[in-house]
Amino acid sequence: MHYFISPVLWQFLVNWLTHFALFPPEASAIAPYADALYFFLILISLVGMVIVMALVGGFSILYRKDRNPEATQIEGSTLLEATWTIIPLALFMVCFVWGALLYFRIYNPPANAMNIYIVGKQWMWKAEHPGGQHEINSLHVPMGRPVQLTMISQDVFHSYSIPAFRVKREVIPGRYTTVWFTATQPGTYHLFCTQYCGTLHSQMIGEVVVMKPDDYEAWTQGSTSGMSLAQNGERLFASMGCNACHSGNAGARGPNLAEAYATRVQLTNGSYAMVDDAFLRDSILNPTMHTTAGYAPIMPTYQGQISEEGLIDLVEYIKQLKSNSRVQQTLNTSQVQSQAQSPASSQVQQTAPATPGMVKP
Amino acid sequence: MSTIVTLPDQQTASLPKRSYLNEEYGLKSWLLTGDHKRIAILYLISITFFFFIGGAMAGLIRLELLTPPTDLMAADTYNKLFTMHGIIMVFLFLVPSVPATIGNFLIPIMVGAKDLAFPKINLLSWYLYVVGGILVLAALTLGGVDTGWTFTTPLSTHYLNTHVITAGLAIFVAGFSSIFTGLNFIVTVHRMRAPGMTWFRLPLFVWSHYAASILMVLGTPVLAITLVLVILERVMGIGVFDPAKGGDPLLFQHLFWFYSHPAVYIMILPGMGVISEVISTFSRKRVFGYTAVAFSSVAIAVFGFFVWAHHMFIMGVSNYSALVFSLLTMLVAVPSAIKIFNWAATLYKGSITFETPMLYAFGFMGLFTIGGLTGVFLGSMGMDIHLTETYFIVAHFHFVMVGGMLMAFLAGIHFWWPKMTGRMYPEGLSKLAALTTFIGFNLTFFPQFILGYLGMPRRYAAYPPEFQVLNVLSTAGATVLGVGYLLPMLYLVWSLKYGKIAGANPWQATGLEWQIQSPPLTENFVETPVVDYEAYDYEWLANKTKHEVQTVG
Repeated sequence: MHYFISPVLWQFLVNWLTHFALFPPEASAIAPYADALYFFLILISLVGMVIVMALVGGFSILYRKDRNPEATQIEGSTLLEATWTIIPLALFMVCFVWGALLYFRIYNPPANAMNIYIVGKQWMWKAEHPGGQHEINSLHVPMGRPVQLTMISQDVFHSYSIPAFRVKREVIPGRYTTVWFTATQPGTYHLFCTQYCGTLHSQMIGEVVVMKPDDYEAWTQGSTSGMSLAQNGERLFASMGCNACHSGNAGARGPNLAEAYATRVQLTNGSYAMVDDAFLRDSILNPTMHTTAGYAPIMPTYQGQISEEGLIDLVEYIKQLKSNSRVQQTLNTSQVQSQAQSPASSQVQQTAPATPGMVKP
Repeated sequence: MSTIVTLPDQQTASLPKRSYLNEEYGLKSWLLTGDHKRIAILYLISITFFFFIGGAMAGLIRLELLTPPTDLMAADTYNKLFTMHGIIMVFLFLVPSVPATIGNFLIPIMVGAKDLAFPKINLLSWYLYVVGGILVLAALTLGGVDTGWTFTTPLSTHYLNTHVITAGLAIFVAGFSSIFTGLNFIVTVHRMRAPGMTWFRLPLFVWSHYAASILMVLGTPVLAITLVLVILERVMGIGVFDPAKGGDPLLFQHLFWFYSHPAVYIMILPGMGVISEVISTFSRKRVFGYTAVAFSSVAIAVFGFFVWAHHMFIMGVSNYSALVFSLLTMLVAVPSAIKIFNWAATLYKGSITFETPMLYAFGFMGLFTIGGLTGVFLGSMGMDIHLTETYFIVAHFHFVMVGGMLMAFLAGIHFWWPKMTGRMYPEGLSKLAALTTFIGFNLTFFPQFILGYLGMPRRYAAYPPEFQVLNVLSTAGATVLGVGYLLPMLYLVWSLKYGKIAGANPWQATGLEWQIQSPPLTENFVETPVVDYEAYDYEWLANKTKHEVQTVG
């Protein structure tokens, strides 16, 4: 064959036709489960197709006009109707149960998963590791460890898709969504934004790098920014003046935040809420949404004052806050500092602590 | 035995002197007509126009995807193309395709009435469609829209400077056109059936249109108000969908899909009606399990309203509500399966011939089965996570909408062409077109299933190089498909003048529409018909023909 066409073209064709994908790599613990369901669904479809084609094709041959000039009128058959209602229904129910099991498996993370934050914006993916590693359009994860992604968008809907892991989740403005996976194969895989998000939607892509634990350690050491998310959060906590009310002192105007994460708190309206990432985020941006019982709804909103990354830093800080000693330390430091810098402003701060909005009724 | 006027069959046929086509002449007689048949023709011309615009866009999209990078056009242009392709094909072609053309033409005749219940509202609905169409063309020529046909907020409300408001208004207006059509059908079927035409003597075509009409009337207003909210949010910033103002962008998804999932059934149900008629006629046998097919249409319409959140499995809806919607999605798949099996069983012991409409109907059955079964993939929650928002979705809904609905539309157009125009289409050429369409369709869309499982996202102007081979196959198929759609356009126009004269009942079919002259009189029936036989009663037809031969000869 290749004697007849140009060798360059031949080489190109061979390259092109041998280097194309037909099936995505299986690189996560969930992928084999997803593929098993996929093959089951293909099997059902093939059986269904073959039956329909056999019926249509077979009857077309058997009962074509040449062979069967006179049609026999048949009204119907309740038994047959029941058959082709119940059998497909039963098969579809199997698909439903199987699919539901897989869904719950993909979307319910194990308790020991390490957490990485993802912020989507037009048109890039930012990854924030708790250790202070920041990445754009890439994600480094260790092999063999469950990883949970807590994701939020700062503008429009995006969707975080890693086909090799068979996982995907919408990244939505205004609320955290999560997805988790355990990578099983070292390598570099596609990361796509699959929700149409404007002009450069098709450029909102990146790579997921799965590394062996040692390599991952090396990478973590080599690419840290020097400040963990919690440390950033602590700074922000002090600079926004959060510590003025959330000091942890008896009689403080805000609830004590030490060890508050992952507990249940009672709200003013009597109901209980779980303190999770979403609860903390909402409490910062929209404090009246859930006011803790026993506290006046005096906290001002921080809507528009803190970026999504800043919120993540704060959440990460509060998550790790075990005692109030450092809160009080920074409280003292900030008061000492401001007193030293300008006595006038410290007076203001004493009468109207932190942000001016806080004294409004 | 019957008061229906009968005319000689095809061999001795001549065109009737008087018909709805030559009752009046001049543009005004068409633009101000109240005749449902003329309005159907107006609709046919307008939807064909928009189909070819939308089709040209599809061609450009496939051309861009021939190579991995964005090289033929800018990313923005590509985004506008797929948005306009979606808007035009869904709202200006698929939704009105069968109901507003074939349905408009046939529903009154099939129930034995002189016209639809509200002829002027019928004309108004065409004008609304035209206004919607002009607004879409305006949005297109002013610079286009790039929201995607789904108008996802907050992208559509806060982040784009294109003509979202014009396009939103266009769909709002066109939506009322479809509400009025649905209303007209419902009232006509309830109030205007001829004496003896009981509900269970109605052709299945009427049943499926009735079910689709309920969806149109109940679903479309939700879309209309959703688009109004999007427009108000853009103009006044009311913030219903804006999280910064306490709104919820997911609410938009709920509202949009509350219409747009039933819309899928608005599109496919009338097509299913066509298939019932065609399969029965060309196997010369009553439809197997008439009541099962009739009620499965109604079941689809009812269940169709309660599955919308299956478009949102990955969007952070609660896991348990996803569970309920997945279950209901599986249930809605069952009536479609019932229909497919009943059509297949109709062939059993029939006397089958393979005219063009039958070939299209077979194409429908095959492609719709694949489209439906891949819908089960997507309804299965865990699988949906990997497949949604990829080319698998694109392939799935094109199998249902293009492979299913467009095949049904073409089956219907060929089947009733002799009734609408009085002339036959060229049989050989049309069989070639049916085959070309089938091959081209599979080549275009089957590779997209594989691309989807590989993870290629939809709405991408550029893609990784290892996806190229499958994309090239798809583009090649689109070329073949294009030829398959151009052919009927050409030979059907040709047949208007040169086609063989059809006669009243060229297919020897049983429907009331085949017992009157082709093309019909403006008033359809000379005398109100009295119906004393069930739908698809070929023995009645044989007796009638025998009776005529005896009286004539």
